[in-house]
Amino acid sequence: MNNRTRIAWTFLVPMIVLMAFVAGWPLARSIWFSLTETNINDISASSFVGLANYYGEFGLFGNANYTEGFWHSDWGVSILNTFKFSIVSVLLETLAGLGVAMLLNQDFKGRAIVRTAVLVPWAIPTVVSAKMWGWMLHDQFGLINQLLVDWGLIAQKIAFTADPAYALWTVVAVDVWKTTPFMALLILAGLQTLPKDCYEAARVDGVHPLRVFWKITLPLVKYPLLVAVVFRLLDALRIFDLIFILTSNSSSTISMSGFVRREMVDNGNLGFGSAASTSLTLIIFLTAVVFMRAARVRLSEEAS
Amino acid sequence: MSAKLSQIVAGALLALGATSSLQAATITISCGSNAADVEYCGKFAEEWGKKKGHTVKMYTPPASTTDNLALLRQQFAAKSADLDVIMIDVVWPGVIKDHLVDLKKYSKGAEAKHFPAIVANNTIDGKLLGMPFFTDAGLLFYRKDLIEKYKLKAPDTWDDLAAAAKKIQDGERAAGVADFQGFVFQAKAYEGLTCDALEWVHSFGGGEIVDKAGNITINNPRAAKALDTAASWIGTIAPGGVLNYGEEDARGVWQNGKAAFMRNWPYAWSLGQAADSPIKGKIGVAALPAGSGAGAKKAATLGGWQLAVSKYSKNVDAAADLAMYMTSSDIQKKRAIGGSYNPTIVDLYKDKDVLAANPFMGDLLDVFTNAVARPATATGLKYPEVSQAFWDATHDVLEKKSSGAEAVKKLEGKLKQVKRNKW
Repeated sequence: MNNRTRIAWTFLVPMIVLMAFVAGWPLARSIWFSLTETNINDISASSFVGLANYYGEFGLFGNANYTEGFWHSDWGVSILNTFKFSIVSVLLETLAGLGVAMLLNQDFKGRAIVRTAVLVPWAIPTVVSAKMWGWMLHDQFGLINQLLVDWGLIAQKIAFTADPAYALWTVVAVDVWKTTPFMALLILAGLQTLPKDCYEAARVDGVHPLRVFWKITLPLVKYPLLVAVVFRLLDALRIFDLIFILTSNSSSTISMSGFVRREMVDNGNLGFGSAASTSLTLIIFLTAVVFMRAARVRLSEEAS
Repeated sequence: MSAKLSQIVAGALLALGATSSLQAATITISCGSNAADVEYCGKFAEEWGKKKGHTVKMYTPPASTTDNLALLRQQFAAKSADLDVIMIDVVWPGVIKDHLVDLKKYSKGAEAKHFPAIVANNTIDGKLLGMPFFTDAGLLFYRKDLIEKYKLKAPDTWDDLAAAAKKIQDGERAAGVADFQGFVFQAKAYEGLTCDALEWVHSFGGGEIVDKAGNITINNPRAAKALDTAASWIGTIAPGGVLNYGEEDARGVWQNGKAAFMRNWPYAWSLGQAADSPIKGKIGVAALPAGSGAGAKKAATLGGWQLAVSKYSKNVDAAADLAMYMTSSDIQKKRAIGGSYNPTIVDLYKDKDVLAANPFMGDLLDVFTNAVARPATATGLKYPEVSQAFWDATHDVLEKKSSGAEAVKKLEGKLKQVKRNKW
């Protein structure tokens, strides 16, 4: 036994050392920075400020300078934006992904080609697809505005990426276009593991296809589906690139990651920015815990 | 961590390169990202390289000045030797002063020929951190042909401009150009909006955001009125899309003949007058209009770029030599004639060839010499945050999310927070 433990440790140590080096140290350093006031101009000249970056007069939370309340401060708005974006986009992507996966799960000629083709939006780097959409949605030269005007659907061209009433939802639309294939692929993997005999029994009994979906497919695919949703939700809460490239980057469409970048990179405030990024990690972690808890509760209720 | 890593890599490269860099050096110059910058900076830098036997590499920085500075600060934090000669904005010397070489030793007094205000701006703690390369001020570009067609004249106040733009826009749209715009400018949330909005605020007598002594002055009714006036343009004479326009986006609309007025920097002149430009010969240039009410005046934001040498360069002497060559009278003259870059050397404004190529430079000399500076000197290291808070507040007003009065009040609170105890 002792020997086995030693062997196990021998195998684990390189991994642990590597993890400590590439994940542990940067994380610890980032948390340390969040307790200091540090400017990128000279990293060595930092001063310890305790929790002042998190709470109080110069902090993210409980800041008396936010005269209009927390949810109107830049950080509050960025949290709201991120959640609005994540909830709507993940919901739409899950529904659309489920639909696409069901279609791709059917036997038809050229299925392999269609499966590959569906993945194209996911395979294009976000920077490229965001720029592409940016041009298509351009308020003066954009293809989409031109088509809408030509078809007589709108009289005035719409500034999709600039007008605050549209900007966030434009980002959601592009994200749905981009990420539905990812959801479809994960759900399809789940669908293909389903036992065939249930379906055969249903077919023999002449059950209506919709009923088959509600009573057999959905309950069986629920766990893979939830895993896919958790993956996607965690990813969506970190949204940065699409918003950064597509919109005007004002504080009205900024996401939490965008806020972190702005503080750290544009303003060079490594301390305050690290506090925001640490808070971001905690917020995502809590959301994941709450979501998984809620999903499990509902599942167990159904079972009883 | 990546900072450490790149230090090691840079160190290794330095050790490898040390032997070969004695005679012929490779100098990397960063000087702007638009087509004219590549043409009128890269070409001359290569000429210098051929003369001196060095290799010159062009580095294309991000088009947005905000991103450009952010990237530069990361490179400095990593003590990167990637860049040797760097073109820096007029508001940057205070922010990156710790990372630039004092050029006094190399200039041998050449800076005395340049505009004293710019040299003073570039001199911090007695060190000359950048040689003036070209100066900039916001200008009003207008379509001469359309002004005549509608029997108007170049506007003197913002109200005149709004009325003229509306008249031309309505007329042109009725004539079949459905997407014709009255006025385009820069209102994307970035440094360019700070420049545009400072012009509005200053032209209404609303001050300079933060005054020379470091007091926050933005919360005043004139500044609020200026922002409200600008917000009234969106959707009437300016497309909603300007909220996402930088310089080149505005020029794209303008140069396609789709706008009557444009606020931009002088570089747009030579590009608009190029042989393939649809509006060649139809462009007029004037000072930006004045506001209304007490203290109203015409105002243009001071822009302009300097050439600086990175402290972390492996070839400081060669790099400084290139910076001096590029800012010399000879090159500035060629750049003024070919690319309409405003010289920083006073004598060139009397040069016949320069004035023939750019008639507006002579007429608008006082616009360039009296341009209003952004509060970069007063706010030093914190300028990026101040500017950001200002453009965000302005963007909110333009988006009609808040009124001018609310926005400047909120901005004052935010600036106090940025300031903490001192700038």
